[in-house]
Amino acid sequence: MIVKRLFTTSVGRKTIVAITGILLILFIIAHMLGNWNMFLGPDAMNSYAQALHDLGGLLWVARIGLLVVFVLHVFFTIQLNIENKMARPVPYYKKEYIKASLSSRTMVLSGLVVFSFVVYHLLHYTFGVIQPETYKGNLTDSMGRPDVYSMVIFSFRNPLISLSYIIAMLLLAMHLDHAFQSAFQTLGFANKRNFPKLIQFSRAFAIFVFLGYSVIPLSVLLGIIN
Amino acid sequence: MKITLYIWRQSGPNDEGKFVRYDVEKVSPHWSFLELLDVLNNQLIEKGEEPVAFEHDCREGICGSCGFMINGVAHGRQYAPEGRTTVCQLHMFRFKDGDELYLEPFRAKAFPVLKDLMVDRSAFDKIIEAGGYITVHAGNAPDGNTILIQKDIANEAMNAAECIGCGACVASCKNASAMLFVSAKISHLGLLPQGQPERKRRAQRMIAKMDELGFGNCTNQYECEAVCPKGIRKDFIGRMNRDFLFSVNTETESKDFVGAI
Ligand code: SF4
Ligand code: FES
Repeated sequence: MIVKRLFTTSVGRKTIVAITGILLILFIIAHMLGNWNMFLGPDAMNSYAQALHDLGGLLWVARIGLLVVFVLHVFFTIQLNIENKMARPVPYYKKEYIKASLSSRTMVLSGLVVFSFVVYHLLHYTFGVIQPETYKGNLTDSMGRPDVYSMVIFSFRNPLISLSYIIAMLLLAMHLDHAFQSAFQTLGFANKRNFPKLIQFSRAFAIFVFLGYSVIPLSVLLGIIN
Repeated sequence: MKITLYIWRQSGPNDEGKFVRYDVEKVSPHWSFLELLDVLNNQLIEKGEEPVAFEHDCREGICGSCGFMINGVAHGRQYAPEGRTTVCQLHMFRFKDGDELYLEPFRAKAFPVLKDLMVDRSAFDKIIEAGGYITVHAGNAPDGNTILIQKDIANEAMNAAECIGCGACVASCKNASAMLFVSAKISHLGLLPQGQPERKRRAQRMIAKMDELGFGNCTNQYECEAVCPKGIRKDFIGRMNRDFLFSVNTETESKDFVGAI
C-alpha cells in the first residue's frame, strides 16, 4: 500500500522527487569535498581517487544506487510535468507571475542542462571518450596510479572546457536555489517560522555549491594550481 | 475616467470563445470592479446585446463566488498593493484613466468554462465530499466550549478555515494545482480535536480525489499564496503532505472507525 501510494499519488511522487533530490544534494556535497583534494596537491588527489577505486564492489553499489536515484528523480519530474501541462489544456492569453522566482520557473531548463552536463562529464572523466589523450587511464603518476590530478589540470587549461563547466555549475546552482527549499517544503518540514530562513539558506547553499565547484577550473586557469 | 476592457466572450462550454473590446466611459473611482461590469452589462442590455456572465454573490469578499483574471493575475491582485483581495473588493480607484484590462476566466482542466467569465468549480465540492468534513452523530448541538482548545491551535485552525474556495490558487498556479485549497481544508479540520479521528483517512481521500479530478501537481512556486484573498499560507501544503505521508497504510484502520459509529 505504502509503495503504491508513493508511486501513484501526486503527493507520493512529489515525495520521491524530494527524497531523491536530497540524496543527489548529498552526492553533490561529497563530490565537491572530494574535488577540493586538488588544492592539496597531486598526491592527495590521486590517492583519494585510488582509494575510491579500491572500494571495488562497494563502488559499484554506490554507482548503481546513484543511477537509480537519478533515474527516479528525472522520471517522476518528467511525469509530473506532463500531468501539469495537461491540467491546463487552454492556456491563458495573458499570464503574469507575481511571486515565482526565476529559478523556480526554469527548473526544467536547468534540469535538462545539468542532465546533459552529467552525461558529458561522465564521458569525459569517467569513461575517457572526450579528450582521451589526457584521460586518467592513459596517464600515470610517479607511484603508478592513474594521474587524476594532471587530467583535471590539462583539461581545465582549455578555456572552453572550463567555461562550459562553470556555466553548467551556474545552472546547477539555479536548480538548487529552488530545489533545496522545495524539497523540505514537500516533505513538510517547512513552517511559517522557518520558511524565510529556509529560502535564504537555499539561496546561500546554491551559491556555495557554485563557488565550491567553479573554484577549481578558475584556479587552473589562473595558474593557482598547476 | 475611461477604461478599455477586453473580455473573454464564450457563449457556452463548447463555444470557442474570443476577446471582445468594450470601452466604458465615465467610470467612477468609487465603483467596485463588479459594478464596472454591472454598468457595462446595463449598456449591453440597452443595446440589445448579451450581457457578460460573471459570478458574484456577497460582494463583500467572503463568499468566494467571484473571481477571474485581470491582466494575467487572479482577482487582479497586482492592483491591490496590500494584498488579499477578491474581484468584488477591488475598487476602480486602483486604476487610471485609459487603462486597458484583459479579463479572462480561471483556466484549468478541472474548472471548465461555462460562459464568458464563469467557470464550473464543482470540482472543489467533490473534494470536500471526499473527506472535508467530520462525522458526528446527529442530534442536539453540543454545548459551546465543552471541548477545550488551546488558543494558538484554535487560531491556526481559523487561519486555515478562512479559505473561501474561490479557486484563485488553482487559476494562478502554472500547474493548475489545487493543493493550497486542499491543504487549507485538511489543516483546519486536522488541527482541531474534532478532526482527529478521521485525520488520516481525510488526507488520503481528499488527495486521491484531487488527483482524479485532473488538478496538477504543486511545484512550490507559491503563486497561489500570493493571490489568495484569505492569505492561506503555503506551509499548510507542507502540513497536508505530512498528514498524507504519515497516513500511509491506515486505510483499514479508518474504515473500522467509520464502521464503529
Ligand atoms: S486557498 Fe485562497 S485562493 Fe485558494 S480557494 Fe481558498 S481562498 Fe481561494
Ligand atoms: S462576491 Fe462574494 S467574495 Fe466576491
